[in-house]
Amino acid sequence: MTGTLLRSVLKDSLRSRWVVIYAVFFALITEGLLFFTSGEARAVLGLMNIVLLLLPLGSMMFGTIHIHDSRDFIELVLVQPVKRSSVFHALWLGIVLPFLVAFTLGTSIPLALHGKLLSPLSAVLLLAGNLLTMVFFALAFVVGLTFREKATAMGVGFLVWLLLGVLYDGIILAVTVLFVDYPMEVPTVTMITANPIDLARIFIMLTFDQAALLGQTGAVFRQFYGSALGSIVAVTCLLCWIGLPYTVALRTFSRRDW
Amino acid sequence: MRPGADNLVKRFGALTVLNGITTEFFPASVTAIVGPNGSGKSTFMKCALSLVTPTSGRVYGFDRSRAGSMAQTGRYPDNLTPRDIFALVQSIRRTPAPYKDTLIETFDLGSHLTKSMRTLSGGTRQKVGAVLALMDDVDILLLDEPTAGLDPVAASRLKDIVAERRLQGATVLVTSHILSDLQELADRLLFLLDGKIVHDGSIDAVLSTTGQSTLERAVATIMTRSTS
Repeated sequence: MTGTLLRSVLKDSLRSRWVVIYAVFFALITEGLLFFTSGEARAVLGLMNIVLLLLPLGSMMFGTIHIHDSRDFIELVLVQPVKRSSVFHALWLGIVLPFLVAFTLGTSIPLALHGKLLSPLSAVLLLAGNLLTMVFFALAFVVGLTFREKATAMGVGFLVWLLLGVLYDGIILAVTVLFVDYPMEVPTVTMITANPIDLARIFIMLTFDQAALLGQTGAVFRQFYGSALGSIVAVTCLLCWIGLPYTVALRTFSRRDW
Repeated sequence: MRPGADNLVKRFGALTVLNGITTEFFPASVTAIVGPNGSGKSTFMKCALSLVTPTSGRVYGFDRSRAGSMAQTGRYPDNLTPRDIFALVQSIRRTPAPYKDTLIETFDLGSHLTKSMRTLSGGTRQKVGAVLALMDDVDILLLDEPTAGLDPVAASRLKDIVAERRLQGATVLVTSHILSDLQELADRLLFLLDGKIVHDGSIDAVLSTTGQSTLERAVATIMTRSTS
């Protein structure tokens, strides 16, 4: 049943101009960075900042809007003999898959045109971007299903992004300065694990293997796990960051009144 | 099993929307559920359709595979066409939808089948909703403000189809603010006020008890009595 519903949600999403705009945006940014900056590393670094900042914001906003704009569709299918969980899986996949494809194609085509697509750095960047997309769409569904007003949901979604994407590093820094006399390795690694954007950044940086670019938190993470294990831990934690909010959103969806 | 509700209570936070509704609905009948705004009509319909979970009590007998429903607002995914939506519901219900083509013709939807829903007028969307509710061979119909937004021709055709389904044995529940429609369609009136049934009886009985000639005036009389 999920497949039947998914086809309809996908058809609706793929006809939306936002998916195309999203793909074109990433294509233009990637092409611009590759064209105007010298060297693959610089271009990918620039792209990393876009991926770590704008991609979570985009996923969060599109996710919350999607769940609110799908209300009538949800009511239409929930009155049919269908399980709520099937509707939820279809709704989530139906919005995530087009955005994953849009990001991957938008970024890959310019990388391929410049002969950079097959480098490990590009692969890691694409993987991190895809994981972050899924994380933030799952979080967006939690927010969108919890707050019934669309404007409130979007506001809360923005605050979640602001906290994780902008304020969080400052909070970690403040905590480490505050407790400078104490061993802070474990708390720092724990705090990084609690932020998917930090995890994605460290995952990309561990592939770069340049200590100077890791930052203080990244350095602690690498020191704690080492580069190879660190990458595995980061990806595993990111997968948990998809699974946990997805489960919470599914539970909320199954119990919610429409 | 006949569909019905047993001591149905629904609260949204501190607000009690349905307060101990107990009733049953009969085959080959049209029950009009009326009441002022916020009286619990739509919430009752949503409980019957499993869109809302009761706080206590239960609704029973509204098996979704046996029921067709029409929502108050005919809004659907913007980028899908009526044809897509009919196909989706057909494949979910695994039904040949025996009445679909006739209904498309009746509501003059043929030229709109391949247009995006966002380009359709409110009335046309409501017609799509009518086709969805009636295209399958169901024995329960839940219609929430079915004629709202429909032009007089389409509204009249819809009422004819509902009357026909009733004669075929369907159990029909309908809410509407257009009481003349209900007087034409329904044989039973369920009047809700503050989530409670304050009147339950045949339309004729309502008219004779209140001494009024139209349902609109009869309902106004009940409302005045109940609130004073």
